[in-house]
Amino acid sequence: MPEQLAFALEVTANGLMAGVLYALVALGFVLIYKASGIFNYAQGVMALFAALTLAGIMDGQVPFSHLINAVFGTDVHHFGWNVPAFLAILLTMVVMIALAYVVQRLVFRHLVGQEPIILFMATIGLAYFLEGVGDLMWGSDIKSMDVGLPQGINTWIDETTFEVLGYGFFIDNLDIVASIIAALLVIGLVMFAQYTKQGRAMRAVADDHQAALSVGVSLNFIWILVWSLAGFVALVAGIMWGTKSGVQFSLSLIALKALPVLMLGGFTSIPGAIVGGLIIGVGEKLFEFLIGAPFLGGATENWFAYMLALIFLVFRPQGLFGEKIIERV
Amino acid sequence: MKDQADGYVTADGRQIGPVVMEMKNITLRFGGVEAIKDISLDIREGEIRAIIGPNGAGKSSMLNVISGFYVPQDGEVWYKGARRAAMKPFQVAEQGIARTFQNIALFEGMTVLDNVMTGRLTHMETGLFWQSLWKGKAEREETANREVAEKIIDFLEIQAIRKTPVSRLSYGLKKRVELARALAAEPSILLLDEPMAGMNVEEKEDMSRFILDVNDEFGTTIVLIEHDMGVVMDLSDRVVVMDYGKKIGDGSPHDVRNNQDVIDAYLGVAHDD
Repeated sequence: MPEQLAFALEVTANGLMAGVLYALVALGFVLIYKASGIFNYAQGVMALFAALTLAGIMDGQVPFSHLINAVFGTDVHHFGWNVPAFLAILLTMVVMIALAYVVQRLVFRHLVGQEPIILFMATIGLAYFLEGVGDLMWGSDIKSMDVGLPQGINTWIDETTFEVLGYGFFIDNLDIVASIIAALLVIGLVMFAQYTKQGRAMRAVADDHQAALSVGVSLNFIWILVWSLAGFVALVAGIMWGTKSGVQFSLSLIALKALPVLMLGGFTSIPGAIVGGLIIGVGEKLFEFLIGAPFLGGATENWFAYMLALIFLVFRPQGLFGEKIIERV
Repeated sequence: MKDQADGYVTADGRQIGPVVMEMKNITLRFGGVEAIKDISLDIREGEIRAIIGPNGAGKSSMLNVISGFYVPQDGEVWYKGARRAAMKPFQVAEQGIARTFQNIALFEGMTVLDNVMTGRLTHMETGLFWQSLWKGKAEREETANREVAEKIIDFLEIQAIRKTPVSRLSYGLKKRVELARALAAEPSILLLDEPMAGMNVEEKEDMSRFILDVNDEFGTTIVLIEHDMGVVMDLSDRVVVMDYGKKIGDGSPHDVRNNQDVIDAYLGVAHDD
């Protein structure tokens, strides 16, 4: 059954690509959790907010235009220009850093030393607040996003696999680019944490707050830095998902798919987030192909990840790479 | 001799300088409990200053006030001739005051070398941008700081475990690594909170030797809390004795040993009434 096998291979490849996108969101969770013990429920909304902001800026939209029009009786919608993608990404990053600063300054600075559940509740509040602000700033209509990433079937892979296996693989260029960018991002983050002064301080804070203070590390600065990095990861994830399926509010739900990834990989491990993402991505695609579609009537992709996470919770609650048993929220 | 404001020379030939830090009428309360009651003490440049007293006397609290972890309700801290404003511990560290903790606070997940390198953080000045590029100034800075870290590692004889994750080390070695991290900051004042607690005789001897060597070699001012009286009497130039948050003695080891209040505090005293 070589054709079946080839088809399974294609499913696996597509699963890997989807897994990379899950891993991107999970990565944002891990960054914040490691450094501050906060389980950031708002990570998915941050990706949505970043994508909305980027699309809005590129489109030359006036932020808060609905609000401005309602208050002043004006009728402004667009500045009438288009911002090039590169500049718009930079501007969005500035917005995400500002967001990190405000969140740390107004919310989490006042909650230092509180119970994990209280911090978690604060991030739920943040998620809904940010969703509302995103709506108010940029409107609730679905936006398309095009920052110049290649899309559509990769013909080279299609032709090569057809010649070798007699069956052409359908693999999206965007997925390939996303994988490469995600890989670079992870390498970059690991190198940053390992070799730079701020990275070392970040690891120090993750390990022991008191000791970090005693060697001259400002906790506040590190937390703002970590939220900014999570914002950056959210932006990358937002670009990928936004390009793939349009910038819409359901984007924030990808955060829920990141949860099983974290259960698998462990809350405190950057490599764990990647491996967990890949396992979930491949697992749900293969399960659907081998068991779901033929025997269970399909649509197993919706729940496979959560079932796998449940199994892990029972047999290995710290995940594959987790450092220790973590208080689950 | 000791009354000279600009210092004196000890019996073993070390130069003790003028007062570098002065605590004036420090009072620290936790709710209704007064952990430190109106204590004044000074620390001279280059000396080894011990703080002793029974458990719960407020010794660690005093060290925490010096290192900025606690902010006293009353009193002033003077450092290098200027009054120090209330500041965060990381700002105190930036001023050149390093410390160790009673219950070892190392970065367990990192290697010994990485731990010592965190001690150099206050000496690294390049910003996020250059650090991220990891070129030019950032690279030179890293190399220079790495050299200092390696020197400290050699000095404390922990070369063999440079790349070992701290979590795998014995208690005694952890204490030494913590000293190395504090020392890596090249502090002007080094605060040691019970550096020898829980050690066996051999480890204590090693640690005593290192403390003396550090003081001798780098001229570092050292403030230490210790329970082992033999060690305190051998190491320190001057001793402060605390009991129930009050200062009951201050002077050379010899003076303190013969102070009746101190003897009473340690041995207990019969109350007539």
